[in-house]
Amino acid sequence: MASNPLWFLTSSWPWRSFAYTLSGAAAGLVVAVAGFTYIGAGILLSPVVIGVVLLSYAVVVGVPIGRLERWRLRLMATPDRPTAEDPHVDASFASTRERLAIWRSEPASVREFGYAMLLGLLFMPVNIILAVPTVMATVLLFLAPFLTWDGPVDVFIWRAETFAEGLPIALGLAPAWLVLSAYVQTVLAGAQAEAARALLGPRTGELEERIATLRRSRLDLVSAFETERRRIERHLHDGVQQRLVGLTMTLGLAETQLAPGDGRALVERAHSEAEAALGDLRDAVRGIHPRVLVDHGLLAAVNEVADRSPLTATVDLTVARLPSAVEETAYFVVSEALTNAIKHANAERIEISGAVDGDRLHVEITDDGSGGASVVPDGGLAGLVTRLDALGGTLSVSSPTEGPTTITMEAPCHVEA
Amino acid sequence: MSIALAEDSVLLREGIARIVEAAGHTVTAAVGSADALVAAVRHAPPDLVVTDVRMPPGHSDEGLRASAAIRESYPELGIVVLSQYVADAYVPTLLDAQGNGGIGYLLKDRVGHVNEFLDALDRVAGGGTVIDPDVVRQLLARKRDDGPLASLSQREREVLSWMAQGHTNGSIAKELYVSEAAIRKHVGSIFAKLSLDHDADRRVLAVLTYLRSQ
Repeated sequence: MASNPLWFLTSSWPWRSFAYTLSGAAAGLVVAVAGFTYIGAGILLSPVVIGVVLLSYAVVVGVPIGRLERWRLRLMATPDRPTAEDPHVDASFASTRERLAIWRSEPASVREFGYAMLLGLLFMPVNIILAVPTVMATVLLFLAPFLTWDGPVDVFIWRAETFAEGLPIALGLAPAWLVLSAYVQTVLAGAQAEAARALLGPRTGELEERIATLRRSRLDLVSAFETERRRIERHLHDGVQQRLVGLTMTLGLAETQLAPGDGRALVERAHSEAEAALGDLRDAVRGIHPRVLVDHGLLAAVNEVADRSPLTATVDLTVARLPSAVEETAYFVVSEALTNAIKHANAERIEISGAVDGDRLHVEITDDGSGGASVVPDGGLAGLVTRLDALGGTLSVSSPTEGPTTITMEAPCHVEA
Repeated sequence: MSIALAEDSVLLREGIARIVEAAGHTVTAAVGSADALVAAVRHAPPDLVVTDVRMPPGHSDEGLRASAAIRESYPELGIVVLSQYVADAYVPTLLDAQGNGGIGYLLKDRVGHVNEFLDALDRVAGGGTVIDPDVVRQLLARKRDDGPLASLSQREREVLSWMAQGHTNGSIAKELYVSEAAIRKHVGSIFAKLSLDHDADRRVLAVLTYLRSQ
């Protein structure tokens, strides 16, 4: 607009500005009425609890207004300055209640609320005072020749009494007025659009902070899960398992003190059943949180799980002790890969290799099976992808239909919040 | 014989004590921590020590470290270490133990097989090395197609696994219903194929060291 005043007049800008200020007047009116009603209702109802609740959620009222205003701001969009982006967290997954809580806690909502006040209390009156009369005056000036049929028309110092006298007003004054008001409206609309952009868009610092918060909370979740698994494991290990071992000892002792016969046969059977229960419990504990991993680290745990597998396994791991979240995730990646290789790929051999490179742990597992593995939602690998994601690591699966399947994982050796 | 027993679970401690006492042994001390075990052994050295691997305060490998400390003062004293799960990571520490006394590494589940367990205690007290069959199975399970282990015949692998558990040629012969001479032949062939040093006293250690290094 500043660069070329004449080009500006022939562009769409004057019309867009008119549309923006006029629609702003309308929107402001709605916002003012709705806002006053809401806050008024809140105050009136505050003796009852509902009023307090209404007031405490007042900020949330800014959210739909913000959405409407960002949509309206598209009128003022230029190729390099499009409308403001949605500054809110994506809450589409959440229930209405959770969504309200999220919105209430966001600084973006507060800004939107502030913008709504500005719109209802300042922009709306200004637009009504300036834009509405301007538009009306323009229309009237263009219609001046026809208006003379109803009586004389006065414009400033001119008085037109006939159609012919009205023509100069319609053909000269009206376009001049239009040009002048086009500039005024565009400045007005530009200023309001600027305010909307500033208040309704996302803030970079906020985004970064939110990402940091999200990362932290995901890590917290992962470690909370881990703590919980450890607790369950310890409980099974120190409680149930000890009791079962104690039971097998008692039964074993009973066997030695009983004469051969039906009674002894029953005790022997009870003994082997108790041992089977112990075996099942061990397998369950191993799937929850293997003790050998806690005590001896990744290499020992991977060796153990590879030794128990019916596959011919080669283990080539060079790792020292790592943070437990990393060790555990890597262990479960290996054990999932082993399970998949046996269950789905009919593999016979598997190679597990890994090392720490700089600050990152790389582990690669390759089998000679039939391939076709992928990360499916709710599958064993998907959960591990999520965990690795939270740790700042990655998991990739290469598995062409003829095989071989290679699962590669990478994770930082230091977990920082 | 007299036995000092360390196990932090009261339930299991009493269970083990009942079993060894039923067999006519004497429990000279039944304690719940590694420090108490070392103190008890110093106070009245027993014929054999039976200890849990993980005990208070750290619940890591206190029992193993107590065993090493005891063997430094009593190199001839046999020690049986009990573990709740198979971890061949414990084996090197055991093999490094000082002295000529017997060494045993058994899973707690083994205690319930009373005769097997009592037999293991006797062998360790007599200076032998006894490794739990499950641990040996795990060591042998390392499936490599190349390497000398692959060159062993099915029978030789079987004999090797008995050897690793600490059995003598005589007892292996009895288990496999063959003559002791046949077992001697297998053992010779195994040692040749694996290029191990044939020393009757240390052969379990040699076999275990070999298996671990695979």
